Amino acid sequence: MSSITASPDMRLVDHHKRRQAALIVACCTLLIAAAQLLIKIGANRLSHAGLTATLIGIFTIPPLFAGYCLYGIFTVLFVYALRHGEVSVLYPIIALGYVWVAILSAVVFHETMNPLKVLAIAIIVAGVAVLGWSGGKH
Amino acid sequence: MTTPASSIALVLTGSVIGSVGAVFLKSGALVLRPTLSSVVFNWRLGLGILTYMLSSVLFVKGMSNGELSVLFPMVSLGYICTLAWSRLFFQEVITRAKIMGIGLILAGIVCLSLANK
Repeated sequence: MSSITASPDMRLVDHHKRRQAALIVACCTLLIAAAQLLIKIGANRLSHAGLTATLIGIFTIPPLFAGYCLYGIFTVLFVYALRHGEVSVLYPIIALGYVWVAILSAVVFHETMNPLKVLAIAIIVAGVAVLGWSGGKH
Repeated sequence: MTTPASSIALVLTGSVIGSVGAVFLKSGALVLRPTLSSVVFNWRLGLGILTYMLSSVLFVKGMSNGELSVLFPMVSLGYICTLAWSRLFFQEVITRAKIMGIGLILAGIVCLSLANK
């Protein structure tokens, strides 16, 4: 009786929870995109700063601090999700945020989007999607 | 505006260090119970957060010069490292599809560097 709870068959029982965990992380990508936007706005003020000044800046530059607060909220949700899934599956789902970040980079910061850059980001998103998909199948 | 190589190097280094943070978070999450003290006194989670902070300083410094659309996707190097740590510390399986994912991410990072020129 004591050995039942430690059975390797728990993987099958947890299948639904693992899917739920993946969904939570996927929703978090919007949070990540907003955080990246704030971090870039804040980081722009540190272009001549050293590493120590950068560390202080994370706590004293409002948009930078706000960006990391969003990351904090994300981390709490992510730790919760990690309990029910594999790190190699859940961690890469975050990269869905690349799509939102690329769009925001062009719209907010007017960064140039040449075809090679768009292709490169698409390849990375595809790679990350393949990783996420493959994690559920052994 | 193009992105300096030093910024790319800082972001890539930060990503590798950040992937180590994920290992601590995962090992911390494995021993987590639904009590506040279980979260607060979990040294694995603490170490994970510290590692993330170090990675963040390098990341922010890298971000301070250059384009967000070039630098942010470079973070994906961390996923490749995460895969290696997952195999090493959590005995997770590396399938052929995962290897394909790694190949795509690496190809994407190379393309992104070329697009930056």
